[in-house]
Amino acid sequence: MPEIKITPLGAGQDVGRSCILLSMGGKNIMLDCGMHMGYNDERRFPDFSYIVPEGPITSQIDCVIISHFHLDHCGALPYMSEMVGYTGPIYMTHPTKAIAPILLEDMRKVAVERKGESNFFTSQMIKDCIKKVTAVTLHQSVMVDNELEIKAYYAGHVLGAAMFWIRVGSQSVVYTGDYNMTPDRHLGAAWIDKCRPDLLITESTYATTIRDSKRCRERDFLKKVHECVEKGGKVLIPVFALGRAQELCILLETYWERMNLKCPVYFALGLTEKANNYYKMFITWTNQKIRKTFVQRNMFDFKHIKPFDKSFIDNPGAMVVFATPGMLHAGLSLNIFKKWAPYEQNMVIMPGFCVQGTVGHKILNGAKKVELENRQVVEVKMAVEYMSFSAHADAKGIMQLIQYCEPKNVLLVHGEAQKMEFLKDKIEKEFKISCFMPANGETCTINTPTKIPIDVSLRLLKAEAVRYNAQPPDPKRRRVVNGILCVRDNRLSLIDIDEMCDEIGINRHVIRFTSTVRFEDPGPSVKTAEKLKTLLAEKLEGWTITISEANISVESVLIKVEGEDDSTKNIYVSWTNQDEDLGSYILGLLQSMVQ
Amino acid sequence: MKLYCLSSDAAKPCFVLSFKELMIMLDCGLSAHSVLNFLPLPPVPSTRLASLPNYTPPHLNDPLLEGELKECCGRVFVDSIPEFCPPLDKVVDFSQLDVILISNYTCMMALPFITEDTGFKGQVYATEPTLQIGRFYLEELAEWVAGAGGAAGAARRWKELLHVLPPPLALAARPRAWRRLFAPASIARALARVRVVGYDERVDIYGALDATAVSSGFCLGSANWVLRSAHEKVAYVSGSSTLTTHPRPINQAALRGADLLVLAALTQTPAHNPDHMLGDLCVHATVTLRAGGSVLCPVYPSGVLYDLLECLSAHLDGAGLAHVPLYVVSPVADSSLAYSNILAEWVSVGKQARVYLPEEPFPHAALARGGRLKHARSLHDDALGDFRQPCVVFAGHPSLRFGAAVHLVELWASNPAHAIIFTEPDFPYADALAPFQPLNMKAFHCPIDTSLNYSQANKLVRELRPRELALPEQYAGAPGAAPRPCISADVPTVLLRRGAARRLGPRRALTRATLSGALAASLAPRELRAGLRAAPLAAALRVRDSRVSLDEPPRRAAPRLELGAPDVDALVRELAREGVGDARVERGPDGCIVHLPRHDTLLHVERHATHVFCEGGADLRQALRRAIAACLPSV
Repeated sequence: MPEIKITPLGAGQDVGRSCILLSMGGKNIMLDCGMHMGYNDERRFPDFSYIVPEGPITSQIDCVIISHFHLDHCGALPYMSEMVGYTGPIYMTHPTKAIAPILLEDMRKVAVERKGESNFFTSQMIKDCIKKVTAVTLHQSVMVDNELEIKAYYAGHVLGAAMFWIRVGSQSVVYTGDYNMTPDRHLGAAWIDKCRPDLLITESTYATTIRDSKRCRERDFLKKVHECVEKGGKVLIPVFALGRAQELCILLETYWERMNLKCPVYFALGLTEKANNYYKMFITWTNQKIRKTFVQRNMFDFKHIKPFDKSFIDNPGAMVVFATPGMLHAGLSLNIFKKWAPYEQNMVIMPGFCVQGTVGHKILNGAKKVELENRQVVEVKMAVEYMSFSAHADAKGIMQLIQYCEPKNVLLVHGEAQKMEFLKDKIEKEFKISCFMPANGETCTINTPTKIPIDVSLRLLKAEAVRYNAQPPDPKRRRVVNGILCVRDNRLSLIDIDEMCDEIGINRHVIRFTSTVRFEDPGPSVKTAEKLKTLLAEKLEGWTITISEANISVESVLIKVEGEDDSTKNIYVSWTNQDEDLGSYILGLLQSMVQ
Repeated sequence: MKLYCLSSDAAKPCFVLSFKELMIMLDCGLSAHSVLNFLPLPPVPSTRLASLPNYTPPHLNDPLLEGELKECCGRVFVDSIPEFCPPLDKVVDFSQLDVILISNYTCMMALPFITEDTGFKGQVYATEPTLQIGRFYLEELAEWVAGAGGAAGAARRWKELLHVLPPPLALAARPRAWRRLFAPASIARALARVRVVGYDERVDIYGALDATAVSSGFCLGSANWVLRSAHEKVAYVSGSSTLTTHPRPINQAALRGADLLVLAALTQTPAHNPDHMLGDLCVHATVTLRAGGSVLCPVYPSGVLYDLLECLSAHLDGAGLAHVPLYVVSPVADSSLAYSNILAEWVSVGKQARVYLPEEPFPHAALARGGRLKHARSLHDDALGDFRQPCVVFAGHPSLRFGAAVHLVELWASNPAHAIIFTEPDFPYADALAPFQPLNMKAFHCPIDTSLNYSQANKLVRELRPRELALPEQYAGAPGAAPRPCISADVPTVLLRRGAARRLGPRRALTRATLSGALAASLAPRELRAGLRAAPLAAALRVRDSRVSLDEPPRRAAPRLELGAPDVDALVRELAREGVGDARVERGPDGCIVHLPRHDTLLHVERHATHVFCEGGADLRQALRRAIAACLPSV
């Protein structure tokens, strides 16, 4: 039995540092190459020494596939390609290729310049790494080599996020990366066709949640912002440059327009503005509504949202500011937070997950005093709100995807172990397929049925089709084809015996046996034949028996009744050498009947 | 495999390929040459056109013909809504089509004629830019033809009297098959049927074939189609370009080694080099503008227009004419210009690199932001409120029979300072200008057709090495006639003319199936001769979505099959070894009879068959079987 082996180096019963090794049909594929945001030591990157303890890694990996630009999916790529020394092919979609280097550079700056880390990749390494990337488009079938084929599907989640279908020979796997099964303000829903892979590797961030209606959460968010600015408060929304920021901007923009609000909305200069430009260029990757209306009005040309300048921090009066980074661990968002935190009328809204150790994580846990790096202590009097807008599929969405693509096995990654257990049970019960959830470093082996390609002679198939179609329709009837299997240079073909004889220049030799049974049965021979048929039908259930006048045929065995009326009948039973079993059985049957 | 040709215009092809019980239409081009026989439809009423004299053929008094024909400078035009020449509908029943594959947006304009009100039930596949830009072309055409008012009824009588009319009207090809343009509603319905595909996406066609669109380098989203099954490969090359312009370059590797190569839509102006023409155009425009005249380019709303905007604006900047405004007038101008800038995945590498910065791939977005380039839905659009001359106007339609260009030619025709520059290759420019004669404005012909020319196409065919080639007859050299550029390849070539059907391509003998591992493991192939091993196989056959799989049969394994002819003496020896020793052999003309009197049994041994009349018991029969098996090879 051919096998598929999967070893998560990251994201096995865990969120962050997605990196999954897949081997099938002699090919090794790395799915995502992410970093862990919660660690500052070597645990940050996947353990590449697992692949080869020493020596070059390139010969061990046939290709690397990156699903989307989030750092927990691509953060370790420059490390792998420039520092570990991987030189093989890397695949990602066009938007991912455009945006990933910006996020990598941003992260590098925070890590090296603010935290002073060494042994980190440089700006040049990011550029060199991205140069090696092959960009793919949706549904394009890319042949990595003669046997390995990959194809991207739309995944929603963030701009350019893709699911990948991977095939080697007759085995296939779908890796979802992160995906979203409900369309949001700017992206469409993930979609895949019924590709029936042997294995579906799916994320399971929200394995147990069925999220409340998105509309409610949006209304909540807008209400809170509106109330705060009405009272003259300032609202800080720490975001990451791409993804949620655009969705929230669209949300506020349309709300401001509808309610005719005058209070200024800003976003931090730099990243986000550039990011909006990427959204404008890659508008084909957004949802249908934005694509349809972009000629009249590009959704990412915001009228109410203006660039932010540092001097605005101390401006009096209400305002809403989007600032990076999203976890309040450094940069502009932290600066603004320091200034605004001590005032009750202000508010901070955290729209996403925060890693342990960050200021964002602390205030979400209710800390009223936060100590910063330089021992400065900030008193937090402002309102702190948490709203999850993160675009992952919930349990319902995951089940929906399984229904869409009909996999034979499912493997869960990118989620918490406990929640995975729950989902695993549900999948196994509902779809009656096996479900796996290996931990990091644990290898999971999946057996797949063998399917061997074979060339079948059309003459053979057509002859079978003629026979089959001549019979009354019965969808349950088995169709059987008889021929000769030929093996040449390890290539298989199934051909008609006559075709083979023609080819090798030898004739077929048919051997036929005929035996006679004498039967005292007065009356016309047709009558006798009918009697025999009734008897045979009793004994030979499930065989096709036909009768025409005094000739009976049981599939390929012929029985002929001869003789004058009112005298002894000769029953001839005739069969070819190939039907010896059936023929001798029928002969025996008739002989015993006669006695 | 059979190929039908339904179009007489090689640049607007329409073929139907029947293969594996499928009917596959390749492109559905709409030939618009017929509109040149009609009077222009001015968007603003024109007194000159309205006052053209009626034409009546000499010695003919037919009241039905009254008012159908007008004369302008010695040429006769039909005064009616223009009609188009759709693909032939008598050869193939459109309701039987399974699939339509579209190569690019210039070759899909007849789609509503094929899919609407014909009982068509199949699928239509095209790339996303092809669908979108094709939509622009169709909507623009429909708006212009409909927008000019349907006041003039359909003239029909002249079609009956072709023989008495002067040329070129008398030479019109089968005008009775010409049709009025479709309604906007049927355009929307036809386009709603299109399924979008990406380059290199394998589209499964009812399980029988894979169809793949591969880049052809001609325009945004233009594709050549590769049809592939496990044993056959057909490549359809239509509208390809090996030049470097704005679209993704041609993918030749995917077309290599096809069993059949169908070649269509080569350049329509083989004598003109597109690069030189672009240079000429810039020079003519500069000279005209310097002299205070304006320039009109009758163009389609997409395609070469993007290159013209890019090159001309840069050239004018260099010539100190950066203040000259550029206008694009089309009902779809805004959409077309905006849309081109979001097709990052469909443009050349150079343009793609700009997107990564991120900047728009085409410079016209920047020109529009700077106020240099203005686009308007029509000539009376508010966007043209500050219309300044001299200027450069890009407006359709290139045939000069409808659209904003008609009005501009009427307006500027008398002024020799102005110039009209023809860039689209679809129409002969002298014919296009005929109803506007006498003309004082300058007219230049700078056709820019980036499709393959004949030497490029010949080189391509040599490199692709197809086993067979199919072409519209126009592309073949005519023996005896004056030598002209043609396609000549050293592979079997089939020529097609409108209405023709030819049987071609490989004869199918094998099809691909899958064999289950369990069944394969139960077989023990024997060596028949060096390099060939064989075993009899009985398998349960499953055909699902045209895919064949072979599984373990419900009953018994396949028995061995005997081959060759037995040597009778050897048979007798084998029988003796089995203890059946009293064989008497009678030799006859067709074989022998081996008589076993003791067992009441006869063996008729012939060349291809042995018939055993056995009245003995099962033991005897088994002994006979062993004896025969011992002197016959088997598989």
